[in-house]
Amino acid sequence: MPQALTATACMGLDSGLSLRASLDQTMPADVAMVNGSESPDQRRAAWMAAAQAGDRRAYEKLLGDSVALIRATARRQGVAPDGLDDVVQETLITVHRVRHTYDPARSYDAWLTAIASRRAIDALRSRGRRDSRELHDDFALDQHPDVDDASAAAESGQRAQRLHEAIAELPPGQREAVEQLGLRERSLSEAAELTGRNAGALKVNLHRALKALRERFHGEP
Amino acid sequence: MENPDVMPDPSSHEALIGRLGTGLVPVRRLPPPWLRTAGWLLLVLALATGLLAHYGADPMLRRWAATPDLAWAGIGAAVTAVTAAWAAFALGVPGRRAAWAWLPLPGALLWIGASGLGCLRMWIAPGTEIAGMHQSADCLLFIIGFSVPLSALLIVLLRRACPLRPVLTAVLIGLASAAASASLLEICHAFDSAATDLLTHALAVIVVVAVNAAMGGRLLSKA
Repeated sequence: MPQALTATACMGLDSGLSLRASLDQTMPADVAMVNGSESPDQRRAAWMAAAQAGDRRAYEKLLGDSVALIRATARRQGVAPDGLDDVVQETLITVHRVRHTYDPARSYDAWLTAIASRRAIDALRSRGRRDSRELHDDFALDQHPDVDDASAAAESGQRAQRLHEAIAELPPGQREAVEQLGLRERSLSEAAELTGRNAGALKVNLHRALKALRERFHGEP
Repeated sequence: MENPDVMPDPSSHEALIGRLGTGLVPVRRLPPPWLRTAGWLLLVLALATGLLAHYGADPMLRRWAATPDLAWAGIGAAVTAVTAAWAAFALGVPGRRAAWAWLPLPGALLWIGASGLGCLRMWIAPGTEIAGMHQSADCLLFIIGFSVPLSALLIVLLRRACPLRPVLTAVLIGLASAAASASLLEICHAFDSAATDLLTHALAVIVVVAVNAAMGGRLLSKA
C-alpha cells in the first residue's frame, strides 16, 4: 500500500521537524524566512510551527497570508462573493481551534485548504437550508401588488435607514451584539468567539439594545 | 434576512486575526496517527490479556490448528481493527486524503472471506459446537458490549483531532471497534463459524457501525 508507506516515511520525519519547529521558536520568523529558496507553502509551514510554539507575530502573519487562500478555496467551492468573508472568518476560527493538528512535516496549504473547503460547504448548506425555508411565489406577488409601490418602497427604505441610524447610535457593546446576532444571524457561540465577549454579556447587550430600540421607535418603556 | 453589508471586509479580518493572536498560547502538537492508533490498541491488548488470563490460549490454538479458516478470520478481524483505527486517526488530520478510508479493505475482505469459507467446511472445529439462537445472542452481546468502550475511547481521542468528514470517520470507528471485539471473541469463542453464528457476527458489526455513524457523526462534527 504505497500511500501507507509514504505516510509512515513522513511521520518518521516528524521528530526531526519538531526540532526545526523549536529552533524557529527561538528566532524571529523573519530571520527564519530569509532563506530565499523557501516556497510560500514552506514559509507558511514554518510560521505555523512557530505559532504552535506560541510565536504571535508569526501567527498573525500566517493568518493574514491565509485569507487569500481561503477566499480562493471558497470561490472554487461555489460560494457567492457576499458569502466569502463569512467563510474566511469561520475558517480562521477553526484554524485557531485546531492548530495543534497541523504537522509541520506536511503541507500547510493542503491542511488549510481542507478546512476552508469544509467551511465553504457548511456555508453553502446553511444558505441552501435558508433559501428552501423562504417561499418564492411569483404569481401571488404579481397578483397582489402593493397599493402604492413607489411610496411604500420609499417609506420602507426610510424605516430601514432610521433603524440603521438608531443601531449606529447604540453603545459599542450593544451595537456589536445587534450586528452579530441580529443582522449577521450568527449563533451565540460564534458571536462570542468573534467578538471575544462571553455569551452572557452578548445576550444582556442584545436584550438592552432591543429595549432601547423599542423605546425609540414605539415609545414603549 | 439578507446580510446587509456584502462588501469585502478586510478590517474585520484584521480585527479577528488580532484577537486570535492575543489568545495565542503554545499548543501540544497532536502525535502522528500511527502513534495514536498504538495508544488505542493498548486498551485492546489489555482486554485481550485479561481474557487470555481467564480462558488461557490453548482452546483457541487448538481450534485454529484444526480449522485454519477460523485462524485466518481472526487474523483478518485483528488487521481490520488496526487499519480501520489508523484510517480514522489519519482522517482526523485535515489535508489527509479520503483514500485512507480504503485502508481496512484488505483486512476486512480476509475477515469476511475466511468466515464465509468456514460455513462451507464439512467438519466442526474441536471443542466447539454449532451455535443455536440462544448462544448466538451471547456473541451479539459480547461484540456490542466490548465495542461500546472501544468506540467511546476512539471518539474521545478523535474529538481532540479535527475530523472534517465526521460520518466517514465514525463509520471507521465502528468498524475498528467491532473488528477488535470480534478478534477478542476469538479467544473465548466456543462456537464454530456456522451460518447462524456468522449472521450474528455480521449483525453485531452492522449494529456497531450504524450506531457510530448515527451518533458519532454528531459527536465528531464540532470540528
